[in-house]
Parts: sequence; C-alpha cells; structure tokens
Amino acid sequence: MTSAKQPFDEMLTPDGARGPYRGYERWFAQQDTTRLARKSDEAEAFFRRTGITFNVYGQDAAEERLIPFDLVPRILSSREWTKLHKGIEQRVRSINAFLYDIYNRQEILRARVVPRDLIANNDAFLPQMIDFCPPGGVYTHIVGTDIVRTGEDEFFVLEDNARTPSGVSYMLENRETMLQMFPELFSKTRVQRVSDYPKSLRRSLEASAPPGCEGRPCVAVLTPGIHNSAYYEHSFLADQMGVELVEGHDLRVVDGHIAMRTTRGYKVIDVLYRRVDDDFLDPLTFNPVSMLGVPGIMDVYRAGNITITNAPGTGVSDDKAIYSYMPDIVQFYTGEKAILKNVETHRCSDPQSLKYVLDNLADLVVKEVHGSGGYGMLVGPTASKAEIAAFAEKLKKRPGNYIAQPTLSLSTVPIFTDAGLSPRHVDLRPFALVSPNGVEITPGGLTRVALTEGSLVVNSSQGGGTKDTWVLED
Amino acid sequence: MLGKTAGGLYWMFRFLERAENTARLIEAGFRIALTRSTDAQSEWKSVIVTSAAQMAYEAKHDSYDSAQVTDFLLRAPDNPSSVLTVTKLARDNARLVRTALTTEVWSAVNETWMLFHELLKEPVPETDLPEVLTAIRQQSALVRGALHGTMLRNDIYDFCRLGTFIERTDNTARIIDVKYHSLLPSPSHVGSRIDNVQWETILRSVSAHRSFRWVAEGEFAAASIASFLILDGRMPRSLSFCTGQIVENLGHLADDYGDRTDAHKMADTLRARIKGRDISAIFDEGLHEFLSSIQRDTNALGAQIEQDYRFIG
Repeated sequence: MTSAKQPFDEMLTPDGARGPYRGYERWFAQQDTTRLARKSDEAEAFFRRTGITFNVYGQDAAEERLIPFDLVPRILSSREWTKLHKGIEQRVRSINAFLYDIYNRQEILRARVVPRDLIANNDAFLPQMIDFCPPGGVYTHIVGTDIVRTGEDEFFVLEDNARTPSGVSYMLENRETMLQMFPELFSKTRVQRVSDYPKSLRRSLEASAPPGCEGRPCVAVLTPGIHNSAYYEHSFLADQMGVELVEGHDLRVVDGHIAMRTTRGYKVIDVLYRRVDDDFLDPLTFNPVSMLGVPGIMDVYRAGNITITNAPGTGVSDDKAIYSYMPDIVQFYTGEKAILKNVETHRCSDPQSLKYVLDNLADLVVKEVHGSGGYGMLVGPTASKAEIAAFAEKLKKRPGNYIAQPTLSLSTVPIFTDAGLSPRHVDLRPFALVSPNGVEITPGGLTRVALTEGSLVVNSSQGGGTKDTWVLED
Repeated sequence: MLGKTAGGLYWMFRFLERAENTARLIEAGFRIALTRSTDAQSEWKSVIVTSAAQMAYEAKHDSYDSAQVTDFLLRAPDNPSSVLTVTKLARDNARLVRTALTTEVWSAVNETWMLFHELLKEPVPETDLPEVLTAIRQQSALVRGALHGTMLRNDIYDFCRLGTFIERTDNTARIIDVKYHSLLPSPSHVGSRIDNVQWETILRSVSAHRSFRWVAEGEFAAASIASFLILDGRMPRSLSFCTGQIVENLGHLADDYGDRTDAHKMADTLRARIKGRDISAIFDEGLHEFLSSIQRDTNALGAQIEQDYRFIG
C-alpha cells in the first residue's frame, strides 16, 4: 500500500541515521557492496546446507523453502527495549491470570468485562481444563507477542500468540549468521545476547515440572514429525536444550506417567514441550483419528503427573475477538493500565461495527478471529474490487468470525538490495518465557520483514523474510 | 536414547551404504559393458539381480539395455534401492535423528541429498556417467569422514556402524552369490575368458580389483578370490571384516548398557560361521548354500537388533 504519510523509518530520517543505527550506518557506508552481496549469497547457501528450511502447506510435500534473511539488522535502543519488556511482561502475566480465571471461577465473565459468549463460542476453550490448575498457574509458558511500530514512541501489540509461537530458532540462527559474517560489527557495537535462550527455556520448563517430580525433571519436545512446517525448529530446540525430540508413537502411558521408548526401556517424562495442536494431543479426549498425540495423556495431565507446555486450552486467548478486550483484561487482573497499546479493533459481531467495516473495506485489514499465519485475511488497500466484494459476502454470512483493523502505517527498516538500502515494512516478535519462578524475555526477538516494496504482509508463509534484531547495551 | 532414534541412525547408514554399493555395481557393470560389449546384457542383468531389483525392473523393461539399467539404478522412483530413493530415505532418517548427529554429519548428508537431487534430475547421459558415479563415491567418503572425525564413540555411533555393516554383509554376500558358479573350483574353466570377466566384475563391485592384485600377487584363481571376499579380515568389504565389526559394535553396546541380548548370541553364531574357516570347507558345505544362509542370518540379526533396542513400539 502507499500511505499518504511517509512511514516511520527506524534507521534513516531526513537528518541522518537515528540514534541506535548511527554506528551501523557509519560501518555500512565503508562497505563494498559487492562484498556484501556475496556475503548475502553465502548466508543463503549456509541456511540451505544447514537445512534451516520450512515446509509450506498446500505445496508439494518435498518442497522446502528458505526464509530469506536480510543482512541489515533491526536495532533497538535499550530504552526502547525496556518499555517493550515491561509491556510484554505485564501482558503475559495478565494472559495467564485470564486463562486461570476462565477455567476456574470466571470472575471476569461475572464482572461482565468480557462477554460470556466469547468463551462459550470459542472452539479453543476446552471443558477438560475446567477446575484444573497447572503447576504455578502457568498456562502459556512460551509466548511470542507480535508488535508493530508506527512512530518514535508508538508500539502496538498486533497478536499475542500464547498458544504455540514459532520462529525463535530464526532469532538464534540469524544472530549466529551475523556473528559469522560480520564479527567486526559486534566488537564495535555492544549488542545484548540472545544465545542464552535455549538454556533459559530448559530452566523455565524444568521449573514448571509437576510438584511431585523427584530429581532433575526430564524434559522432551513433542513434534508432529519431519513433515511439519516447523520441524526444523523443533529439532533445533531439542538439540540446543539437550533433550529428546519425541513423536506421539514414541510415547505411552506407563504406571500413570507418560514415558518415552528408549533403547533401554521406557523412561518417564516430566515436562512435555509440545508443538502439536490441542486437537491432536490425545485421541481419547480430542480428535479420535489423531496419530500425532498420546492416548491417555490428558488423564495423566489432570492427575498432575506431567506438565504440558503450553497448557491445553491456551488458544482461547489467541482469539482475535478476545484480543480486542486485552486492555480491559490487563486492567482487570493487574489494576494497571496496559503499557502496550492494542491496535484499534472492530468486532464485526457488533452490527454497528459491521456496517462501518463493510463501508470501509478498502481501507481495513480484516482477519478471521481464529486465523493465523496470514491465511484467510483481507488487506483492503491492496485487494482488487472483486476480492473486496467476495470478502464482503463472507463477512455478511458470518460476521462473528471476523474482526477488522485499520491498516497501520508500519515502520520500515532498510533491506539490502542490488540497488543499495531500500525501506521495507517490519514487525517484531519477542519471545517470553513464563514459569512459576517468573517471566524472562530475550532481548530482541524475531524481526519479520515484507520483502516486496510497500507490502505489509510479513508472514514467512506469504513470502516474508527475517532480520537479526539487536538490542543495544546501555 | 530413543528407540526411534537408534532405528533412524541404523537405517540412515544402511541406506547410505546401499547408495554407495549401487553406485559401485553400476560402475562395474558400465566398465564391462564398455570393454566387452557382447557380455553387456547378461552383465547388466546380474547387476540388477544383485541389487535385488529384478522383479521391479522386469515389470518395467523387457531388455537389459545399458541406459535403461543405469537409469533404473540411479533414479527410478519405483526402484526402492535406486541411489536417489535411498539417498532421500537416508536424509529423511537424518532429519529424524538430527539431534543425535554432529553438524558435520548432518550437513554432509544434507549436502549429499541436495547434490544428488540436482545431478539426477534428468537421466544421466553416458558421457556424464563417470563424473556422476565419482560424485556419489566422494559424497559417501564425505559422510563417512564426518562420522569418523566428529562423532562421539557412544551408542549413537554403534547404531550407525551396525547399519553400515549389516547392509554391507548382505551386499557382499549377494555379490558373490550371484556369480558363485564362476568361483567354484572347476579345473576346466580356470583362466577362461568368461571367468576372467566374472571375476573382474566381482572384484570391481567391491572396489577390490586393485587390492586383490597385491594380496594375490597377480595370481587370479577362483578359490583365492572367494577366500579374499569371504575370509580375509583385512579387506573392509569381506564377510569376515563386516561380521567382525558387527560383533564389535554390539559388544560396545553391551558394555554401555550392561546387558547382552539375543542379537549378541546371533551375531556370535554368524561370526563363528566365518572366522577361522577354511575356504575348501566352505566349498564342501556348498558355496551357494553358505552364502544364502549368511544372507538369511544377517537379515534375521538385523530384525533382532531392531527388536532388542526397541526401534519401533
């Protein structure tokens, strides 16, 4: 889209580079661009050889794609990060409090802060979780909050991703790649480390073990298998943590516990970091034809003999209609105003809003309330008349299935192209770890970038790329 | 270690070994076809028989034409042992067990797959065949080098090696078995043109034509070739060497896990049928019968290893 107002560029202003980028800009000006172009090709070859790929749904199963990597880092000052950090921490604490509440006393529904039917009609709400409290009251242990920026101090949360956020492996590999390609940059500029993430993740998962667990908890990562789009990340995380990567058929219930089949017999697992959706987790409780899960795991879970992260039923809070209430949710559980703003959201279930949305489709972004990954959405400003008309029909049929947001003028960061630096829209997904011991957020996160000039869609499934994200030390 | 992981490692290395063996068979067949064109059809046929693909091949083709056979062995998706098929399987298994592999081993396997995928996109013209076969051999060396140079000598390594040597035992036994008649001591045939062709193919199929010359000091005789391939513990593709490695790697597992299983007993029995034997005693037993039973016992041992170490639930 072309917005009337020039989007905010995080690196370059008419008066030169913004503060956090000054050192980088000086370095960049001295570089030979052919050398940089070669480095960029090398990075791609490295990613391919290492197999840092993802499978794209709906394409040939053998097709493995790279997420393009751009070598210009996205840089945040420590002051900018401190604010984001506080805002995210407040938000993930609130989401955990919210999840505990709706599966227990439902105070927030009684207080009519959130309408009851948003829970009742929510497919992600699991009755099996009612009156159950996971260890430490933590439901979402790993959160990837999507944040967008429109100006110097204008940060908004776009999505909370409390269910199964992915992308953290790219955050780590992007930094590794940058360290290898441009070591000299890191000796000049003090960038906060991200490489402790796997260690923190393991510690955080261990801290979430069931109270009855004796000795050091045994952690494992559950993957749907090598054909899953995020398989690379699953194996990467297991490897980096030094824990087993298991599939459903490696597991079974043994004496009331979940155990994995090893070369020497069955071994009990205390914490299962699952990257399998709720629906496939337990064929006895949920989807009966699922081959990806473990029959009986929900019973073991409810008996307190294993911790499943993130907890089943966490997806309720990823619903985009719930999202629209997030400022109220934060206020309700913390008594504080939300530090991070929401994007203005029109709930199409409301007739007034629906009318407004239908009248202004060409200017809005419309999303399915349960959707993710950039599928099934309408980006008004770039859609054709026919696409808008077709979407309007869908909207009228099931208004409750949609929310609409204004098209924000997302900030840009330059990418490296054959013609030099060129601005592209970005977002940011920092990763937060939550355990009964507290919240830990890795400085930075994953910056996704829309590689097509003017495009606002950064999703990797839709051709977006990534950047290394730096948070500078003070 | 997960049982599934042990299975993934074992099969990954069986498939890698199979890719290499298939390439070597093609190389031997190709050479014969070039130098003795009248024998080409029957040589290609025995190559197909050796790679246990006769049924699949004859379902598709009615003659043993050089281009058809090489394409079938290199690329055919319906040939479960084609280089491309088994490389894909090896790489899928490598992805499955990635957390058990060093970066070097994983990258070598992944690179191998990427390269073969590219090299074998189209049928390989005869002019490019030597180059492609060389590339396949080099990639095998790369993976093997990464394995030896970077992996811990623990149970992970043992399962990799077991896969390699179970596959190789079976392969060498099959190569000899397909041509066992040419190795039987029959004075009237010795030194005939036919036998020379057969012997050369056999030796080339196990990359041993050169080493055999040194060992036998230029003396080509059926019994010494059979003895070399079956009993010579110095030769890395002989049955003696391979079964010795199987016993050794299973031994490491027993030390590691503090537990001997049925597989250990079976491996010891298999080894005893080879170690310290005399080639004439094997001829008395019947070479073909001997080789068939070795193949049978090797496959049974493979299945027992899968069961003892819980590869599948």
